[in-house]
Order: sequence, then C-alpha cells, then structure tokens
Amino acid sequence: MLKPVHFKSSILPYLLVFPQIIITLVFFIWPASQALYQSFLVEDAFGLSSEFVWLDNFTALFSDPDYLNSFLRTFFFSMATASLSMGFSLMLAVKTDRVIRFATPYRALLIWPYAVAPVVAGTLWMFMFDPTLGLAAWWLKTAGISWNHRMNGNQAMLLIIFAASWKQISYNFLFFIAGLQAIPKSLIEAAAIDGAGRTRQFWSIVFPLLSPTTFFLLVVNVVYTFFDTFGIVHAVTKGGPAGATKILVYKVYNDGFIGLDLGGSAAQSVILMIIVIALTIIQFKYIERRVEY
Amino acid sequence: MVEQKNAAFFFNHAVIILGIIVICFPLWITFVAATHDAVRMTQAPLPLLPGDRLFENIHTVLFDGVGNAKEQPVWLMLVNSLVMAMSIAVGKICISILSAFAIVYFDFRFRMCFFWMIFITLMLPVEVRILPTYEVVANLGMLNSYYGLSIPLIASATATFMFRQVFLTIPDEMLEAARMDGAGPIRFFWDILLPMSRTNIAALFVILFIYGWNQYLWPLLITTDRDMYTIVMGIKQMLEAVEEAPEWHLIMMTALLAQIPPIMVVLTMQRLFVKGLTETEK
Repeated sequence: MLKPVHFKSSILPYLLVFPQIIITLVFFIWPASQALYQSFLVEDAFGLSSEFVWLDNFTALFSDPDYLNSFLRTFFFSMATASLSMGFSLMLAVKTDRVIRFATPYRALLIWPYAVAPVVAGTLWMFMFDPTLGLAAWWLKTAGISWNHRMNGNQAMLLIIFAASWKQISYNFLFFIAGLQAIPKSLIEAAAIDGAGRTRQFWSIVFPLLSPTTFFLLVVNVVYTFFDTFGIVHAVTKGGPAGATKILVYKVYNDGFIGLDLGGSAAQSVILMIIVIALTIIQFKYIERRVEY
Repeated sequence: MVEQKNAAFFFNHAVIILGIIVICFPLWITFVAATHDAVRMTQAPLPLLPGDRLFENIHTVLFDGVGNAKEQPVWLMLVNSLVMAMSIAVGKICISILSAFAIVYFDFRFRMCFFWMIFITLMLPVEVRILPTYEVVANLGMLNSYYGLSIPLIASATATFMFRQVFLTIPDEMLEAARMDGAGPIRFFWDILLPMSRTNIAALFVILFIYGWNQYLWPLLITTDRDMYTIVMGIKQMLEAVEEAPEWHLIMMTALLAQIPPIMVVLTMQRLFVKGLTETEK
C-alpha cells in the first residue's frame, strides 16, 4: 500500500498524521480502554471507592433475565427490520430496473429518506400512529383494531420496526440497483430464450447473482439496527412499555446515564464493542472475497 | 403479446408508484400538519390536505420556539446544526486527507502502527463508548461548545480509507514528473493530489454533512445549555411536552425544517451522493 515511488522520511509525515492520531487517541482509544477497565470494577453507591471484581459484571449481566431479554429483543428487532426493509427495497429495485420511462424521478422519490435523521423518522411514525390523534391509528380504529403503542408492547415493537425499516429503504434500494445493473443482460436473455418467465428468471438467475450485495446489506443493516436506531427508540417508546422495546444500545445509555450503574454499563459497552468488531471482520472478509472475482 | 406487455408495463409502474406512496406518505403528513392551526390538529381524523397556516407556523417556530423548548427559537437550532454539520464534514475531510497522504506517500517509522490505530476507530462507534467519552469531554471543559459537538466525532477511518484508495489509483508517473520539475511534497499535494481528488472530496462532503446534521445521541449528552441545542435533538425536547399539550402543527413544522437541508443536499447532489455512499463503504 506504500507507493513504490515515495518521499523520504522526515518530520513532515508525522505532522500530517498528528491531528488524526491525537483525536483517535483522546476520543476513541482512551475512552474505549476506560470502558474496558471500568467493566471490571464495581463502584459503591456514592461513587467514592471502587473495587476490582474481574468478570463479575459480565456474569451478572448474563444471569440477568432483563439483559438476556434485551438481547433477544434486539436480535428480533434487527432481523425483522433488515428483512422488511431489504425485501421492500429489493422489490422496488427490481421494478425500477425494468422500467425506462420515469426512472430518474422514481429514483429521486425513493432515495430521500436516507437524509432523514433516525429521531425525526421516529417522530413522523409516532405522529401517524399517535393513539388519540394519529391518522394511521384512526384508520385502524375504524377497521376495528385498537392501537396504543404506549400500552401494548408488541405494537410498540412493530412501530419502531416500521420507522427503522422505512429510514433504511433508500440505502438498500441504491445498493440493490447497483447490484442489478452489474448482472449481464445476456444471462437473462439466455434464460428468456430457454422459456423462463419473469419469476423464474428472478429466482434462478437474478437472486443468486445478487447474493454478494444481499449479504453485504445484511451486515450493514444489522450494524444500523444495533447502533443507529437509538434515536428512534428514544423518541418513540423510551424502551417501554415495560421494557418491550429496550434494545441493547438503549440499555447502555439508560443504565449508564439514568441508572448510574457505571460498571454494568461499561460491561455492556464492551459486549457491544465485541459485536461491532465481529461484524466489521465479517464485512472485511467478504469484501476481500468480492475483490477476487 | 402486445397486450401482455402492456399489462406488465402497468403492473411495474403501479408497484413502483405504490412504493413511492408508502415512502412519501410520512413526509406528506408532516407537511400537511405543518400548515394547519392548533385547533384543527386536535380533532380526529386529522386532515389529509394542506391548510392555510404555512407561513404563520414557519414564523412562530423560527422566532418564538415550541413547547418545552420555548424561548429557544428554532432558527438558532438550525444555525447550531449547520455549524456542527459543517465542522464535522470539513474537519473529517481535512484530517483524513492529510493522514492518507502521509500513509501512502511517505516511508516513515510506525507507519503501519498509525494505520492500525486509525483502522480501530471503525470498530468504536460513539454509541459503544458514550460514558467514558463524555467524561473526557467534560474534563477538557468542552461541554456546551461547538468544539465538544464536533471534534470527538471527527476522526474517521472510512474517510482515510477512501482517500488512500484514491491516491493508490493515481499513477506513479505523476510523482516522478512532479519531482523532475522540482516539486516538494507540499507542492505535490497542493497542486496535483488535491485537484485530482476534487470529486471524491465533494462526494464525501455530501455524506459527511448528512452524518453530522443527523447526530442525535452525542448532542443530547453534551449540551445542557438551550442555546446549544441542535434541531434534531430539539424535536425530542418538544415531544416531551406532547402528552400535556400537543402542539403537533408546530412540532411537525420543526420536523419539516429539520429534514429540508439534508434532503435538499441529497436531491440536488444526487450523483455525488450515490458516489460517496458506494465509495465510503469499500
């Protein structure tokens, strides 16, 4: 990765990397190591003294049904959001790939939600499903379904899944479009000559050839649902009702800043870090493979 | 055959238009709500068509503020968001283009060590290190300041990687030719590398501006002073008041104002946006 033709070492390269390295050290590596260190400590109620307890914080977490529940909920939320969002985007991408007329305005109308902040996305969906006033809630009421995500945990979960999927559609859409355009048209023509219909063409040729894109998007969507959806949960449900939507990243914030359980919150941070590291490694492995062929 | 084709044609367009309606409906409802008055917004069913209060609502929100965040006019939040988004985008681009230049074009001790340190930041999003990072910022006295809002988010491995990738595709002859003409490293960077990566910088800027504008958790933690609220977190403060006195028309107007700048950036710079999105993911 170093250029074969390059400059001789001097003081200059150190000056060039200095700003980035200093910010990385102060705001990334130092806090992360602090989180790691604190996760092995227990502080007393007044924060006056702390004791080194090895892995007690972690064993406490994994024997805490509340935490395990949160883990399962996050997993369910993540899978539901990823499949809903990717399924919807794939359908739209396949259709827009087929039409020629209006392709540009269609694309513009489909990509803008990328720019909406998660917390704003949450606000919009919360407004539509507001139990007393929201339009969608009102329609459901006239259809005989009573909607109240402030009382009903399943409905609360459904609402954050909708908001989170909606926000992610445009991202998935753009990558699916790029993936579809990379598939050689001759393959599809050959299938058509062999008598395969549109559906058959899609499942036997297009979908398998899209699998690298799909896999890449799955990893990105999981990272998104684990970390970026904090704003949605915080605005719409605050983890409630009765913890029904308390996903992991919300729990780190809640236990640390509201509950002031520093050791427990730090241990949760460390577990989240391990999850990100694992996902990053998977993503890089996959990219290396893609470069090969 | 022709009939079949026509049917497929209409079916494709119908599916796309239906999808667009689902995707755009929340935005339309926001806009409609922002154009009505307080009384209309408390009667179910809520309107589906816009009212006539658009400009009054804009004025109220921009200069008087809403709900809990009263005395906190939204124009100030917009300014704060703009400053934060710009400093994050410009800061990230500056520091990562410099470090990428050093890593690709210089042979120096600890080069790989620095590279790995930058790489690690990819695995430490702000959400997993909130408490200790908050402590660092508090100790440095950067709470409630633009520095605190932007600097801790500025280091970015993705931007450094992207520039590294761009520099690696620039032919070596460029440097040889520049050297023959007697250009030193700074001259080479300024007159050759920078102009050659202009579109990449612009594409990256689009993505980073949206990233900075949409930050939520970080400003929520480090701003307690109302004058430092950004618009994205300001909406949350307004929602707190919803249960007592819903002022949906004003909240939705704020939500609309919070979305317009990043959406405009995406729509007006679509090509750069798509380029930035696909390149930073590599």
